[in-house]
Amino acid sequence: MFANFDFDVIIRSLPYLFYDGMRFTIMLTALATAGGIVIGTLLALMRLSGFPLLTLPAAAYVNLMRSVPFVLMIFWFYFLVPYIGQWVIGASAPIQVGAFLSSLITFTLFEAAYFSEIMRAGIQSIARGQVAAAQALGMTYWTVMGYIVLPQAFRNMVPVLLTQTIILFQDTSLVYVISVTDFLGAASKVAQRDGRLVEMYLFAAVVYFLISLCASQAVRQLQQRIAIIR
Amino acid sequence: MISLKEVSKWYGTMQVLNNCSTEVARGEVLVVCGPSGSGKSTLIKCVNGLEPIQKGSITVDGVSVDDPKTNLPKLRARIGMVFQHFELFPHLSVTRNLVLAQMKVLGRGKEEAMDKGLKLLDRVGLRSHADKYPGELSGGQQQRVAIARALAMDPIAMLFDEPTSALDPEMIKEVLDVMIALAKDGMTMMVVTHEMGFARQVARRVVFMDKGEIVEDAPTADFFGKPRSERAQQFLSKILQH
Amino acid sequence: MSYHWNWGIFFQLSPDGVHTYLSMLLHGTVWTLVTGICAWIIALVLGSIIGVMRTVPNRWLARIGQYYVELFRNVPLLVQMFLWYFVFPEVVPEAFGDWLKQLPDASFYTGVFALGLYTAARVAEQVRAAIGSLPRGQRLAGLALGLTLPQAYAYVLLPMAFRIILPPLTSEFLNILKNSAVALTIGLMELTASARAMSEFSFQVFEAFTAATIIYIIINIIVTFAMQALEHRVAVPGYLGRAPSTGH
Repeated sequence: MFANFDFDVIIRSLPYLFYDGMRFTIMLTALATAGGIVIGTLLALMRLSGFPLLTLPAAAYVNLMRSVPFVLMIFWFYFLVPYIGQWVIGASAPIQVGAFLSSLITFTLFEAAYFSEIMRAGIQSIARGQVAAAQALGMTYWTVMGYIVLPQAFRNMVPVLLTQTIILFQDTSLVYVISVTDFLGAASKVAQRDGRLVEMYLFAAVVYFLISLCASQAVRQLQQRIAIIR
Repeated sequence: MISLKEVSKWYGTMQVLNNCSTEVARGEVLVVCGPSGSGKSTLIKCVNGLEPIQKGSITVDGVSVDDPKTNLPKLRARIGMVFQHFELFPHLSVTRNLVLAQMKVLGRGKEEAMDKGLKLLDRVGLRSHADKYPGELSGGQQQRVAIARALAMDPIAMLFDEPTSALDPEMIKEVLDVMIALAKDGMTMMVVTHEMGFARQVARRVVFMDKGEIVEDAPTADFFGKPRSERAQQFLSKILQH
Repeated sequence: MSYHWNWGIFFQLSPDGVHTYLSMLLHGTVWTLVTGICAWIIALVLGSIIGVMRTVPNRWLARIGQYYVELFRNVPLLVQMFLWYFVFPEVVPEAFGDWLKQLPDASFYTGVFALGLYTAARVAEQVRAAIGSLPRGQRLAGLALGLTLPQAYAYVLLPMAFRIILPPLTSEFLNILKNSAVALTIGLMELTASARAMSEFSFQVFEAFTAATIIYIIINIIVTFAMQALEHRVAVPGYLGRAPSTGH
């Protein structure tokens, strides 16, 4: 069964796999997480604002993103972003957007919906007394949010946010459908070029597994540390 | 200083305040008491606009609280409030709790704010705890810091919403002592409380509420000596036995 | 915008000359639903077993359950599908592997299988959390009455646990329907794949994807409503503030 297992192909392609593939994956994960949390927090604030003009579009956006497969969204943005770029810049034809930028926009906007649900729960979990006390001191909405509510909400939600980041990390593999070279894409290319699907896909699975496992163990330890401090 | 006229409030279809009228003169201490659910906490939260009212009017130092055109944050900066559950900001140190609003709302410089904050900490007897976090303090200590935080804004009046109800019995005295000193210094105070000893000592008048209405509003001696309404009599007889 | 809209494209014939584009999308929708339901059955059964395994006193069963969940949650779904579709037939005995490779609708079976196992791990976690959230005394009370452990689970713990997890299970089912789209990479012509194919043949990219989006939204709404109705029917009066038998 494993008589023909060719470790060599794995070793030979390590530089390509990690320097090209994994670098893309990690950068996409990091940037999309940062952007997603920022946009997600804004969406959460919109939904909690109480003004229908803000609540409804935000809720519609979040529900739309959560109703549709990620793969479909990847296709949507892949085709849509060049047209939007054309409209924004005023060019005569859809502009060429690089694979990385297209993926980054897609992932940031898609994951923002999930991050917004997390932040919404976090903000709502802050006792109303805190808001009342801040308002009683004369603070305005943005001061209350910026200094009292959001700092506490973030701290409470760090484990959940990190878990969502790990999910995002795994989701990056889906850029495969637009033939982008992330870690899985790189492994796939080597597999097809050298005819070594078994080795490459097993290796990819092991790498994803180890990274995700270590990351979620770290989050669990963080959660225990936080619980003690409380 | 504080004036409530025919204030009525509903949560949806449920009426929680019914035609409440009372006044607090400058330098006066008013105690509001009554059974749970009588609306006393709701009433005091209306005074600085934390809760809106549907009927009637409330004015503080001539400024209307219920007028939509009033700049509420600006008004609230001039009124201090102390809450039942202290509500210190847990992610900030004691010092930072004291200076945050001074800097962000009143625009004071850091030095000035720190100076004021530390002086007030001294006044409530907690100077040595300046760099601690709320989680490291006892309930009584937290409440005293909360009072200092409100005083740091140089308020013209102070509102207290059951300030000692969440404290263990041995810590109630330290907080009441601070409040008594404040009253003797001439602060205008409106206090929702069950502590009748405090009322007897510094309150000029006592208001008794039941089921959203002000049932009795009398000078302290009259209230404790010969309460006119039956409900007030029942209430007093129950709580004064302890 | 230099894109030419043509909403009539749905009623034109696709390159196979027999079906309209609309029927192509509807075909895809059926594949999505069938894949989802089959995978859901696997996920529910397997996930419940593993979830229960993680809560029993027997150390080995609990460990196996834990390893299963760790394994299937830390590898991306797409990679899992590739493993089952490309790698699995190669590493099993040759005869079995050859039979697998020439199975008609191989992408369907592989997709269902991979999706089912992946989601089972998530369901297991929900079941475990639900059982864990029940008061400890429940199990003890059942045992004190003379029930065996399996009976205690069957009659006391699981009935409440399943009511608790109806809302999270709803979202897991919706997740399966969405995740079925990942199977397009191994050749399953479900809804997203059909929309993609339509966009490639007709060049009417946005019409195709809009239709797919609308269909997914409709499926979402129907499933959510159905689950809410189910929740109402099985709710225990007075528990968790749901379905009060009289007023408050």
